[in-house]
Amino acid sequence: MTAKKHSVGEHLRDQGVSRRTFLKFCTASASLLALSPGLIPALAAALEQAQRPSVIWLSFQECTGCTESLTRSHAPTLEDLILEMISLDYHHTLQAAAGEAAEAAREQAMKDNFGRYLLIVDGSLPGPDANPGYSTIAGVSNYAMLMEALKGAAAVIAVGTCAAFGGLPEAAPNPTGAVAVMDLIKDKPLVNVSGCPPVPMVITGVLAHYLAFGRLPELDEYHRPLAFFGQSIHDRCYRRPFYDKGLFAETFDDEGARAGWCLYRLGCKGPSTYNACATMRWNSGTSWPIEAGHPCLGCSEPRFWDAGSFYAPLSVPTGLSSTRILTVGAAGALIGGTVATLARRTVETAAASRQPVTAAELEQTL
Amino acid sequence: MTALTDPMGFLLFTKGPLFNIAIAIFALGLGARLAEILLLGRRPNFAEPRAGEWLPGLRTVFTRTLPDPGTFKRAPFNVVTGLIWHLGFLVALLLFIPHIELIKGLFGVSWPGLPNPFVDLVTAVTLVALAATLVHRLNHPVKQRLSTVEDYLVWAVTFLVVLTGYLAYNRLINPYPLALGLHILSAELFLILLPFTKLTHIFTAFIARWYNGASFGRRGVQS
Repeated sequence: MTAKKHSVGEHLRDQGVSRRTFLKFCTASASLLALSPGLIPALAAALEQAQRPSVIWLSFQECTGCTESLTRSHAPTLEDLILEMISLDYHHTLQAAAGEAAEAAREQAMKDNFGRYLLIVDGSLPGPDANPGYSTIAGVSNYAMLMEALKGAAAVIAVGTCAAFGGLPEAAPNPTGAVAVMDLIKDKPLVNVSGCPPVPMVITGVLAHYLAFGRLPELDEYHRPLAFFGQSIHDRCYRRPFYDKGLFAETFDDEGARAGWCLYRLGCKGPSTYNACATMRWNSGTSWPIEAGHPCLGCSEPRFWDAGSFYAPLSVPTGLSSTRILTVGAAGALIGGTVATLARRTVETAAASRQPVTAAELEQTL
Repeated sequence: MTALTDPMGFLLFTKGPLFNIAIAIFALGLGARLAEILLLGRRPNFAEPRAGEWLPGLRTVFTRTLPDPGTFKRAPFNVVTGLIWHLGFLVALLLFIPHIELIKGLFGVSWPGLPNPFVDLVTAVTLVALAATLVHRLNHPVKQRLSTVEDYLVWAVTFLVVLTGYLAYNRLINPYPLALGLHILSAELFLILLPFTKLTHIFTAFIARWYNGASFGRRGVQS
């Protein structure tokens, strides 16, 4: 707790982080955030001077995949470094304290840094109208804890698709009445870092931006940072030339799959998914799903669990069967048949009751 | 969290519930129209047939698809532009890989497609030809007077479905879920209008041609 009185620069030096490593981090962060190289010294100076912000990390209806994504990489990494730049005062998976001591740490940090701390949320939470018992921490409902923590938060970062959009808990039929963080927050700056899990560097990039500039980065309409979510997977995919040429893998082990052709026909959601996987890749830049031969699931988009089969191409409608179409068509035919029969009967009846009219009779009617 | 107002919510709505409604109206309407037409049939002909009906019927389905020299001489613009955009529309509809996947997803049948850039080019040509037909219709004194609201509606919905497809493929509307949603929505409008407007000719043109040919065959005249 005392560490947070230090600036980021002082703290990093205390931790034995060299100036060179720090500048490498600044260069990588500037590049990630699409800042001009001329801004790197400014970013370094700003980060150096910045006070380490207190961070409260609330984990609600989540699987810990987002925390795994952020922390489980080979040390030392840039991701590690960002963790040194913040004072992570509460994260019930990572912290040593447990039970009442953990909750006391959270309350203390919230009190000491009121109005200044960053609130990170991963996981969705049962909404205000749902049964709060579906997810509680230390007997406190997720909703009550979020509302309490929100009061003194400077900004909120929703990490992962569950926190950003509701994710798996919110998928139909949403038994726990789960909602996204942005459904509940109206008056605080909010960033959604979606993904299941999000690319670790995206989480750290947002934190670096906040530390350096004291504000959140530019966002898209889903409150996602444009620097990372501005372009679709499809537009940055290295397999895109195959799409453009019309060369597609049709099964997972055909010639096309082995040749690395486009995975559109195997259900790739890359065209409609906005994320940084194609450029930043995973596991320290080793690979990413499409490079590993699997179509993009679209995990950083809202309702990706309810968007039809992961293996159905993007153009295929959801929840429809040919049987139903044919049944409705047959019902239509029945209606048409009835109309035709009635028409024919009308004609026949008219023909049967037809009265011949002479020209003289017609003239009388004029 | 999503609603209709956000791009992904809109796309999923057009791909899900709205598609179900559109295809149901289409199937119901087309089933009714076709059953009515086929069951009413033709007026019974009691004269002794001079030849068979089937072969001349099928032959006419084919020959009437090709422009005849007389019509070409009278209205070359109509024949050329009409042929170009009809063929372009069919190529884009039936030979674009995502459309083939859609049909495969619904009915389990599929066929080989064409490379995307080729379909893209064909679509661009189709759009130009469609625009030309509208300009021609608006400027031609006879067509101008013959045209009804339905003609313009049918043109608009056809143009819209091709245009939105072109914009979506070339990613000219952002974000993409909005572009694709707009394309699917216009295709749904097309499907809904199809059985109740002259768009029904997609199916009935061939039936009409067969009836003509069969009638010629029966009377022993050239089909």
